[in-house]
Amino acid sequence: MSTITNSIFTPETAARFDHLVTLYPVKRSALVPMLLYAQDEVGYVSDAVVAEIAQRLDLLELDVRNVLSYYSMLRTKPAGRYNVQVCTNISCMLRGGYEILDHCKHKLGIGHKEVTADGVFSLEEVECIGACCWAPAMQVNYDFHDNLTTVKVDEIIETYRAGKGKDVK
Amino acid sequence: MADVTFTVDGKQITAPAGTLLIDACKSAGIEIPAFCYYPGLSLQAACRMCVVRIEKMPKLATACTTTVAEGMVVATETPEITQARKATLQLLLGNHPLDCPVCDAGGECELQDMTFKYGAADSFYTEPKNHREEQNWSPVVYFDRPRCILCYRCVRMCGEGMDVFALGIQNRGSSAVIAPNIAPSLSPDNLAHLDCEQCGMCIDACPVGALTSGAYRYKTRPWEMNHVTTVCTHCGDGCKTTLGVRSTSDGAEIVRGDNRDKSGINGDFLCNKGRYAFDFANSQERITTPLVRQPNGDLKPVSWEEAFTVAGKKLRELRDTRGGKSIGVIGGNRLTNEEAYLLQKFARTVLGTNNVDHHRTADYVTFTQALAGQKGRTASWNDTKSYPAVLIVGGDPTNQAPGTAWNLRSDVRLNKARLYVANTSEIKLRRQARAFLQVAPFGYGALAGYLAGDASAASNAALDPTALGGFLEAVKGEEKLLILIGSELRGADLKRLIEFGLTIPGAKFALLSDYANSRGAADMGLLPDMLPGYTPVPTPGPFTEHNIPSEPGLDLLEIFDAAAAGNLSALYVVNSNPVARYGVDPAALKDTFVIVQEMFLTETAQLADIILPAANLYEKSGSVTNSYGDLQLVQKAGDRSGVRSDFEMIVRIADKMGADVKALVPFGKGLRADMGQSRGAQSGEADRHAVWLTANNLEPKLSPFDPWAILDEIQRLVPGYDLLRLQLLSGNDQHLEPAAAAATASRRDLVLPSGDGLFTSGTLGRFSPALNDVQRYQAGEPLIQIQTAAD
Ligand code: SF4
Ligand code: SF4
Ligand code: SF4
Ligand code: FES
Ligand code: FES
Repeated sequence: MSTITNSIFTPETAARFDHLVTLYPVKRSALVPMLLYAQDEVGYVSDAVVAEIAQRLDLLELDVRNVLSYYSMLRTKPAGRYNVQVCTNISCMLRGGYEILDHCKHKLGIGHKEVTADGVFSLEEVECIGACCWAPAMQVNYDFHDNLTTVKVDEIIETYRAGKGKDVK
Repeated sequence: MADVTFTVDGKQITAPAGTLLIDACKSAGIEIPAFCYYPGLSLQAACRMCVVRIEKMPKLATACTTTVAEGMVVATETPEITQARKATLQLLLGNHPLDCPVCDAGGECELQDMTFKYGAADSFYTEPKNHREEQNWSPVVYFDRPRCILCYRCVRMCGEGMDVFALGIQNRGSSAVIAPNIAPSLSPDNLAHLDCEQCGMCIDACPVGALTSGAYRYKTRPWEMNHVTTVCTHCGDGCKTTLGVRSTSDGAEIVRGDNRDKSGINGDFLCNKGRYAFDFANSQERITTPLVRQPNGDLKPVSWEEAFTVAGKKLRELRDTRGGKSIGVIGGNRLTNEEAYLLQKFARTVLGTNNVDHHRTADYVTFTQALAGQKGRTASWNDTKSYPAVLIVGGDPTNQAPGTAWNLRSDVRLNKARLYVANTSEIKLRRQARAFLQVAPFGYGALAGYLAGDASAASNAALDPTALGGFLEAVKGEEKLLILIGSELRGADLKRLIEFGLTIPGAKFALLSDYANSRGAADMGLLPDMLPGYTPVPTPGPFTEHNIPSEPGLDLLEIFDAAAAGNLSALYVVNSNPVARYGVDPAALKDTFVIVQEMFLTETAQLADIILPAANLYEKSGSVTNSYGDLQLVQKAGDRSGVRSDFEMIVRIADKMGADVKALVPFGKGLRADMGQSRGAQSGEADRHAVWLTANNLEPKLSPFDPWAILDEIQRLVPGYDLLRLQLLSGNDQHLEPAAAAATASRRDLVLPSGDGLFTSGTLGRFSPALNDVQRYQAGEPLIQIQTAAD
């Protein structure tokens, strides 16, 4: 049972949030997981998400925004259906990460933090995603793709464009 | 806590265990630089400027978070420390615009001082600076991101100090930025804004020029102003404020209000009104020539001489033909004590009437009478900083007496004081309260009765009567209790509440009123039935020498009733707007000769036959008394050509009436020794002599316009006004307990709370552009566009 009337979340997520706040000695500890789940469901952290989470955790909206803005994985604008995150941190950089990034920019016709006109793809340059052993690497939504070459990137993008990838949102 | 002894820079220091090293050093005269540390707020340790070397510690330690310990050996200035601080500064300056030449804080900036001290002149960064445009968060708060050093002082000040929590910190690393509580996405103009109490405490706490004041920014430089310390003219708390003044072609303009040296009774605090609402003084709408109404109804500008002559002649004529009892006198809540005293003395001795009153905002007569014969039972405002337990019945300090609310929050936060709140509304201070009792509508009287032992009053006292018992037990269990009373409680209710409080041996009381000298107006006898010091008119005691009519006079409402009935020949209004305040029908005054001393053409002034342009509290000297009875010195800061102080005008009118001015103002007394300024080697002797004379009230008062001559008389005659002149002169507050006689007959209750909040201040507030802007802003109007220094 949701403690919030007219929750903007699906009943499952709302129920999950109800449970989440009971897990920690201090309610606000649920803030970061809640933001992540909310982003997965809504696609980004909208003003409405901020408002409801603040209400759930007895926080001011300002508190939620303070935390939210700290984490680069949390976004306040919608991303594409497939959010392409290319790593250019040191291992990837040494193994051609920037080439991959440039290739994506060219291929998708968008830059860092931009979304294609059809809303299918968005692109981000990110720091290390923990796949250094197989650099260069990128992440599309929650899927990892490594040992990249420009040819491989083309194939990956086409797979998603054909709707075959996992659509997490 | 027990004392510990330790060594700092080779000097032995003793301080209580648990003291922060930075504070202990400061008390011992060793200054450790600090950006993020702010006494009384939580520790942040964000800036690393306060690093010191402590023996046996592996690294440099932050003095702002280290508590002193026995045998500690500390060095505060060594080449290693200097290097560390310099490196910190270089990092801070890496992204700082160094626009000191145009920055408001230039000359008063902690970063500038430290950069100078440590010579951190070069930056090793080649990256472009991370520039952001300045932001207009509200009409009074502006933010310049590039100057911010991320010390978090503002965030803590607003959250912990103000209990508003309007500021946060967003993003991360070098992009981190202080953010206000209205996000751009939620604001009609897509810019970030502040929805808050607009107190400016964040600006005050900011060590640099990142937060700047809408009133002062880009107006002048700190060293181009004269700084005058005086008392805020707005609410009844009486904060000490420093006004920055600059000469103009027609006087001296006030450009800034702030809390410069924090030496006052208000400590760190100033609210929105104290900080910004000085601007009525600079208003173009001020009256600057005396005006006399002509037979055709027009107001004609005349010379001062003519105005005083007409006023004096007319008053004399009306007194002599229709009697003093046909004249009414109404004084204001922002007069000095000396003016209030002089006004009632003028009324009673020159006009021969007790028809004297003022807009009463709290029932001080009952308050002092209920405490008659008690000693040490009235609280000073200072007590709100440290009392272990406080009960507030009625009132809403957050809005009506913001300084009181600040002190109470600090007392709870820093001293773990126990706060008990009983109110009909859920006032904000309940958030700090250990217990909140919601009083039933109009239930203060029942509550007072219940507290005083009348169990049958319970059902009308609280919304939830079952909560009463526990509340009463908790309050009664306190040994030292400060009882703050709102103006809702008057007459019998107030008396009963005080009687209950007196059963607690360690209880002290204060009654909150609305304006800078509301308390002084009552203490000084601007009342029809009370002489100064609550001396009843029929038994004048020390005032026998004034030969005052022995019948109490008409109160404020009766004065207007008399006017409507055609029985009021003249009305003399000094710094008050009763016509608007009491909704007086202008027709009531058609047969009355009205003299008004005012700054603006108020509703009352519009009906006047003579308008005399008056100076305000920031343009005169004297003293005022806050709600608690703490007397403080008022000093002249601003000046406007064409206006005169109320004091001078009263004396001049008396003179034109042919009264004996020396009897009215006892000047010309005091020692007239050779002041010997030219005695060469001995001249210092003469100066010291003059200081001694002044301290002992013996300096010559050479002018009939010298308020100190009246202060002498106040001190001589008003029961309980034993003040130390030297305390006053050195800018300290003094708590006074007027020694009232016990109550006689019951009186009519004429208290009319002003209903002022954070952004209003009676008639005066209407003429403050800053207050009007803030009101409009808080009501949701879009902000005016930002102007930058370059425009
Ligand atoms: S003006 Fe006062 S209430 Fe507003 S943000 Fe600053 S400190 Fe907070
Ligand atoms: S705005 Fe001022 S007080 Fe606030 S963090 Fe920045 S420098 Fe510190
Ligand atoms: S709290 Fe009262 S006295 Fe202090 S600055 Fe505000 S209005 Fe003035
Ligand atoms: S550096 Fe790219 S995954 Fe670690
Ligand atoms: S003052 Fe100690 S770290 Fe800032």
